[in-house]
Amino acid sequence: MVTAPDKKIIHPAWLRISHWVNLIALVIMVLSGWRIYNASPIFAFSFPKQITLGGWLGGALLWHFAAMWLTFFNGLMYLFLNIVTGRFKRKFFPLRLHDLLNDFFAALRGNLAHDKLSEYNAVQKFAYLFVIADVILLVLSGLVVWKSVQFPLLRELMGGYDNARIVHFFAMVALLGFVAVHVVMVALVPKTLLMMIRGR
Amino acid sequence: MKNNLDKSIIIQEALKELPSPARRLFLKRTLTLGGLSLLTGCTVSDEESAERMLMKISRFNDDVQAWLFDPNKLAPTYPESMITKPFPFNAYYERDKIPQVNGDEYLLEVSGLVADKHSWSLGELYQLPQTSQVTRHICVEGWSAIGKWGGVTFSTFLKRIGADLSAKYVGFKCADDYYVSIDMPTALHAQTLLTFTYDGKTLPPEYGFPMKLRMPTKLGYKNPKHIVAMFVTNTYPGGYWEDKGYNWFGGS
Repeated sequence: MVTAPDKKIIHPAWLRISHWVNLIALVIMVLSGWRIYNASPIFAFSFPKQITLGGWLGGALLWHFAAMWLTFFNGLMYLFLNIVTGRFKRKFFPLRLHDLLNDFFAALRGNLAHDKLSEYNAVQKFAYLFVIADVILLVLSGLVVWKSVQFPLLRELMGGYDNARIVHFFAMVALLGFVAVHVVMVALVPKTLLMMIRGR
Repeated sequence: MKNNLDKSIIIQEALKELPSPARRLFLKRTLTLGGLSLLTGCTVSDEESAERMLMKISRFNDDVQAWLFDPNKLAPTYPESMITKPFPFNAYYERDKIPQVNGDEYLLEVSGLVADKHSWSLGELYQLPQTSQVTRHICVEGWSAIGKWGGVTFSTFLKRIGADLSAKYVGFKCADDYYVSIDMPTALHAQTLLTFTYDGKTLPPEYGFPMKLRMPTKLGYKNPKHIVAMFVTNTYPGGYWEDKGYNWFGGS
């Protein structure tokens, strides 16, 4: 383990802020989204009312369509700053399939190096790129559910209005899948939580 | 913390709420996570200020949607073979409360910023040029269904009555005490129809006899059934569900 305190900032302030804002925004989106889902369930189950946000459909919609702005602008800012600072390229690339498989099986065996916290291994690179793409898919499928007439191209890409709801749902499931793994990893390497708070 | 909020602000807010005792029922429920209060230890006034913030954002979303709305963009149309059968009945009440309007005595009242304020009988309305469309009805709950509606293009009717087409809103009152209002650009959209038929037959009571305003660019709750009066205005008229918290623009 690293003994000497590393003074170097690994996560810049803008990144930490956008991470925590994103957490708040997505918690509101998911919990209110569950209440909206319950109004007309796609599958043969509903979310327990106690863990949804909004009280009733109208309240959930108010929350969902308020937090969407937070999600959208925070996400846009995250992508913009990532790209212009060169962090995106530096942190996530190159990403090679060979490395990804190697690191994935190493992780399964429990001996994936995680001590160089300033660098992502291939599994991390993939996971973070995956969740970025997933949130973009959530936004785009959500746009079709909200404005199917105004975005005809997106609507067709999603396979029509009804299908866009299904895409939106499974993109949410994928997001939860990421969060589950992410939280477990943070629990295994608690230093990363500290890093996301104070930057180093 | 929250409990130590300036007492005078709480009182002020409470006073503001007094004149509207029937204020949106959902107030008490919107902020709660199930039965639990989301912000632990928060007071009712905290909930109401959050509520006000949410409603402000919803008004902002109205503006964004008006800006996004392209009057030339058409909703998809479908072959008749894709019509959903049976087309679902949907209202804020059960079937036994469906209003039974007498077509022979029926008169559509027209008022507000229009040149010709005479009331229209069904016979007169049926004389107007008729068209039909097969489009998707999208409910705010998420489900959708395809149906076929026939009637007069609403813009044709608005021009016929000499409506001020630069006015902001068209409002509707219905036989079932439902009320709703829409923006003028949507009222003038090519697919906005004042409909008298469903699937080629006279609109049955469950689908809104004697007429329903059908807008494939809006969610279901924006499409009034059993219309008995309409008016053109620049004063925000609200709507049955909108006054309870649904978004006013409610367009797709």
